Amino acid sequence: MSRIGVAFDKARADGRAVLVGCMPAGFPTVEGSIAAMTAMVEAGVDVIEVEIPYSDPVMDGPVIQRASDIALAGGVRTADTLRIVEAVAATGAQVVTMTYWNPIEQYGVDTFARDLAAAGGTGLITPDLIPEEAGEWLAASDTHGLDRTFLVSPSSTDARLKMTVEHCRGFVYATAIMGVTGARAQTSQAAPVLVSRVREVTDLPVGVGLGVGTGAQAATVAGYADGVIVGSALIRCLLEASDQAAGLAALRALSADLAEGVRNPAR
Amino acid sequence: MSADVSAPSGQVPDAAGHFGRFGGRFVPEALVAALDELDAAYRKAMTDESFLAEFDALLRDYAGTPSLLYPAHRFSAKAGARILLKREDLNHTGAHKVRNVLGQALLTRRMGKKRVIAETGAGQHGVATATAAALFDLECVVYMGEVDTERQALNVARMRMLGATVIPVTTGSRTLKDAMNEAMRDWVANVDDTHYLIGTAAGPHPFPEMVRDFVRGIGEEARQQCLDLTGALPDAVAACVGGGSNALGIFHAFVPDTGVRLYGFEAGGEGVETGRHAASITGGTSGVLHGTRTYVLQNADGQTIESHSISAGLDYPGVGPEHAWLHDSGRATYLPVTDAEAMAAFELLCRTEGIIPAIESSHALAGALTIAPRLAEELGREPVIVVNLSGRGDKDVHTAGEYFGILDKEQ
Repeated sequence: MSRIGVAFDKARADGRAVLVGCMPAGFPTVEGSIAAMTAMVEAGVDVIEVEIPYSDPVMDGPVIQRASDIALAGGVRTADTLRIVEAVAATGAQVVTMTYWNPIEQYGVDTFARDLAAAGGTGLITPDLIPEEAGEWLAASDTHGLDRTFLVSPSSTDARLKMTVEHCRGFVYATAIMGVTGARAQTSQAAPVLVSRVREVTDLPVGVGLGVGTGAQAATVAGYADGVIVGSALIRCLLEASDQAAGLAALRALSADLAEGVRNPAR
Repeated sequence: MSADVSAPSGQVPDAAGHFGRFGGRFVPEALVAALDELDAAYRKAMTDESFLAEFDALLRDYAGTPSLLYPAHRFSAKAGARILLKREDLNHTGAHKVRNVLGQALLTRRMGKKRVIAETGAGQHGVATATAAALFDLECVVYMGEVDTERQALNVARMRMLGATVIPVTTGSRTLKDAMNEAMRDWVANVDDTHYLIGTAAGPHPFPEMVRDFVRGIGEEARQQCLDLTGALPDAVAACVGGGSNALGIFHAFVPDTGVRLYGFEAGGEGVETGRHAASITGGTSGVLHGTRTYVLQNADGQTIESHSISAGLDYPGVGPEHAWLHDSGRATYLPVTDAEAMAAFELLCRTEGIIPAIESSHALAGALTIAPRLAEELGREPVIVVNLSGRGDKDVHTAGEYFGILDKEQ
């Protein structure tokens, strides 16, 4: 059983969903991102998703693009991401890394897996890697005991859904909408359908991402999913703040609101 | 000749689109169903007589192909080689790209989709896409880097006249790669009714193979025309390489002719050693960009490095995966051509032949000038070189005018 799996099991026993909060590594700085992630943990976020900033993030909307650009302009390196993972894992939170594939390929797939495991990371979410192209990662994640979260989409056929979840370990990432990341006014109608399709083919926990930005939306998603994944709305707290203290305060407030939401699933 | 796209296209890529270690699909899962749908439609079309007949008729009656193979006598005298120009610049819309967009527009209609999106650098692919969209009554949205909308303002106006919406992209380096990112994001959100009409032989499978097949008539025509004209195959074929569709289009028919040397000329910008260039094969390393594994300009962490070229159409930090494979296999040779070399060849063709070439194609002309003496020495006679004149230079008049400092005199 993966460590993330334990967190999901515990939440399930408590009758609530897991809250996953995403933040780009090195945004606004390396130390600033550690402070932000720590604040999120303290305010009730269960799992921190550390995104490796990438120059060409085709699955991400404007908020994450801007944060990634700021991190890259600040000179963040892939090795810094591992340092951040280590610091956040030390708080006791579960830490998963989300990354486009090229940075991992350049670091070296097996080397990265080894270093991520050593830093206390639980695994990778890979938005532009499908299982068919993942041979090296399947082997490296087995060797180093890491989880593999591939994405499933409303457009996935039944056959692909089954194949994809068979390659997942830890949890499955269901993309709630057809589109890029970014908070939306309403949660998706497609998401509950997709989650129930996933449940037909696996017992793995299912996290739902893309579009969640408020505690009420988190409660709605928690009504049918095992995990609620939030990114852009949290990042915006820092982007729109006048200074770091104000940003962290806003981040804590939203994290607490979301944490409250996942503890009160709308059923 | 162009209807011959139904012929088997060889041992690569494999069924998943791998050219050796390159190619494949590195995309969000959300796009896989659409790529599978496209792949099925493309394979069905390639063996469907009615599709091939319709494509052939459009190429002939609308695009004006086969394009001429023109012996450029005065340019040849300067080059020290017999230079045969494949006049893709004479096609409707002024470049080879019309072949690809007509093929993909036909497929879009067959898939029942009503909207096409495209990325464009110089604007040539955007104009070609807007043209096909007008002809096929499709909604058309073109993503173009803000920097490129400024240096190619004329093409922006052309696209709008044809009814397309042009969206300037303000993220990242605001050039072709960022336009491609934005188009991918649009496609993820609108994949149900939208076809992403990629303009070069790059991107996720099946685009590299499909685009090559839609443009490979260039080489099939040139091969026969060269035989008719000279009684033999050429000694070499030369083309510029950005994403690489015009080069693959002219190379493909010659790949089995092992006596024919294939040369791809990349944009060397201010010189590969300066770091300001767009020569992905010469100056890049293997990586994943825009859905495919290929040679990429990137730093040690895999972050894409901004490319530079005087030619907006070659200003891209990646290259089609089939070129990466042709390079590794040794079948084709890739060499950089600097901005200065390309502009000298541009001027030479203007003055010797009365043809204003695209700055992209001027890289192929410059490359031919470079390899001509080497080939002559190796062969002990005047070499025959087919150069793909992939586009015309009307769109580049402002850039070239500034480069040569002649705008004040003209105005």
